[in-house]
Amino acid sequence: MDSNRRKFLKLAGLGAIAGVAAPSAFNSLLKGEAIASSGGHAESAGHGGHAAAAPTGKQYGLVIDVKQFADTPGLGEHCIRACHSLHNVPDFGNKKDEIKWIWIEKYENAFPEHSNYKRNADLHKMPIVTLCNHCSKPPCVRACPTKATFKNKDGIVMMDFHRCIGCRFCMAACPYGARSFNWRDPRGKNEIGKPFISRINPDFPTRTRGVVEKCNFCSERLAKGLQPACVEAAGGAMIFGDLNDPGSEINKVLSEKFTIQRKPSLGTNPSLFYIL
Amino acid sequence: MLEKALKGSLLYKGWMAFLLLLIGVGVLCYGQQYQYGLGYTGMSRDVSWGLYISQFTFLVGVAAGGLMLVLPYYIHDYKAFGRITILGEFMAIGAVAMCLMFILADLGQPIRALNVMLHPTPNSMLFWDMIVLNVYLILNVLCGWVVLHSHYKGVKYPKWIKPFIYLSIPWAISIHTVTAFLYCGLPGRHFWLTAILAPRFLASAFAAGPSLLMIIAMVLKRTTKFDIGRTAQDKLVTIIGYAAMLNFFFVACEVFVAYYSNLPGHMHTLDYLFFGLEHDGHVYNNLVPFMRFSMAAGLIAIPLLFLSRAKQCDGMLVAACALLFVSLWIDKGLGLVLGGFVPNMMNQVTEYYPSLGEICITIGVWSAGFFILSLLYKIAITVTLENEA
Repeated sequence: MDSNRRKFLKLAGLGAIAGVAAPSAFNSLLKGEAIASSGGHAESAGHGGHAAAAPTGKQYGLVIDVKQFADTPGLGEHCIRACHSLHNVPDFGNKKDEIKWIWIEKYENAFPEHSNYKRNADLHKMPIVTLCNHCSKPPCVRACPTKATFKNKDGIVMMDFHRCIGCRFCMAACPYGARSFNWRDPRGKNEIGKPFISRINPDFPTRTRGVVEKCNFCSERLAKGLQPACVEAAGGAMIFGDLNDPGSEINKVLSEKFTIQRKPSLGTNPSLFYIL
Repeated sequence: MLEKALKGSLLYKGWMAFLLLLIGVGVLCYGQQYQYGLGYTGMSRDVSWGLYISQFTFLVGVAAGGLMLVLPYYIHDYKAFGRITILGEFMAIGAVAMCLMFILADLGQPIRALNVMLHPTPNSMLFWDMIVLNVYLILNVLCGWVVLHSHYKGVKYPKWIKPFIYLSIPWAISIHTVTAFLYCGLPGRHFWLTAILAPRFLASAFAAGPSLLMIIAMVLKRTTKFDIGRTAQDKLVTIIGYAAMLNFFFVACEVFVAYYSNLPGHMHTLDYLFFGLEHDGHVYNNLVPFMRFSMAAGLIAIPLLFLSRAKQCDGMLVAACALLFVSLWIDKGLGLVLGGFVPNMMNQVTEYYPSLGEICITIGVWSAGFFILSLLYKIAITVTLENEA
């Protein structure tokens, strides 16, 4: 998306405000993600959003081999630790304030619309690793009133912690429960003086209270040519790559294996695929 | 004209002092919330909007309801509404002011609120809601003040205000439509994902707004010489009654679609609201008594409303309007927003209980709204009565 198009869309937005450009306003409403991604990406560098400089046409995605997670006890937890310690995700020790970027869900909860008639017992034990789906049509990006959450050029749904006003519209909009809110200061301590972030990683920003956060597909690691932390920790149980690159490993796996997505009927086009 | 608000009876001053006290408590609690963060409230990861946003949604309706008091007078030249038109406009001001305060109270980063204007995002319904609400506030302040001031001077309102008055009428529809669009455009929330949400919002608004106005009018009739008149009163009953019936018809449509289609996603929230929802061996039902009361109160209020007109009984009228207002407040100010989050996106249930501080802030905002309302009504009524004397 070039800058002329971006300027045009911005102008279209302004025209809509003035109420003189109804057709283009409608058009820009329909292309909500396009606006957000173009505007958001340009801003992200200046906002410390850790956006990777990615070429166009990319859509990063992830294939999760659930069987490998089921066969290797503790593997899912290992991935969670890798992610949460790297990204300074606080642990408040209660469900109400909980913040999580990646977590394990039961089959019936992760896939409420998929039937599991007789294999219920088997499937029930399956640890389904869940995280942001980095949808190609993300409802959260459509809902955000400030472009604080936006679609990057590499397909990653990013968060700008410095722009977020904390309205939590994105949390209502996300059909996967992938977003968390900082209900209190994550840099603080609990009653007995234990910090919520046990060891701060200085290479990634801690957040302030009152903003939303979620998985960023390790955008900061991708920029350095590394794989996402969870993928590295999973040791082969997760395959990460560009869904649109015909030569990528993920493309090969997706064309060979039967995979399912969470809530495909919602039209969000999730970029996470599960092998069961 | 403003000085009229400063002089008044002991009752008026006592009422205002009482509201100020409640506002003060709210401000103190907000200070605590600001220090601690929104974890001060009962909201959680699963129920990420609570009392603030639900009050906001309900009050947008009260603001839009002012339309039903303005439209007959200005469009149909219905003279009997001459006295309540200004009350309708001022009620809209108070209600929108409360809406804006509730939004601010709900923001995690309130000092960044202006980001919505600095980074205009036409694809977000919240951006449009900000625009329509603020414009509606300005329109009502402008129209209400100019018309009242002309009244004060003993002249007819100037011609230039007419286009603004006409604009404010469709604008009232827009505020509640856009507010419904906040909810009904989200793909994963089955309870909200219904095209009938905006019409239902409007129907309940056209019942709730005028109900509140009727209660206030009856209080004024008792405590001051200000009487909106029997004709206006009777006509209002028709408006409130039909709007309320329409609202319950829409509710019935929702219930039919959910249970006849037998779609689990559509039934779950209704189950939760009216019967309780079972999850992991526990039945979650904290809203059930409220919702059942809401239904019963609403359905009793409608016949009572018309009966009060037949009997010409003001006491019964106030009771009917109060029942209806409470019924619609529970339906939209509690059930609609909170219910939408149950079950969560993983079919799990987390219930929401507001914290004490959160309730105090909510009461504080309501009090601030009523403070503004009382101030404006005091001016309007004093001017009207002096004009007639």
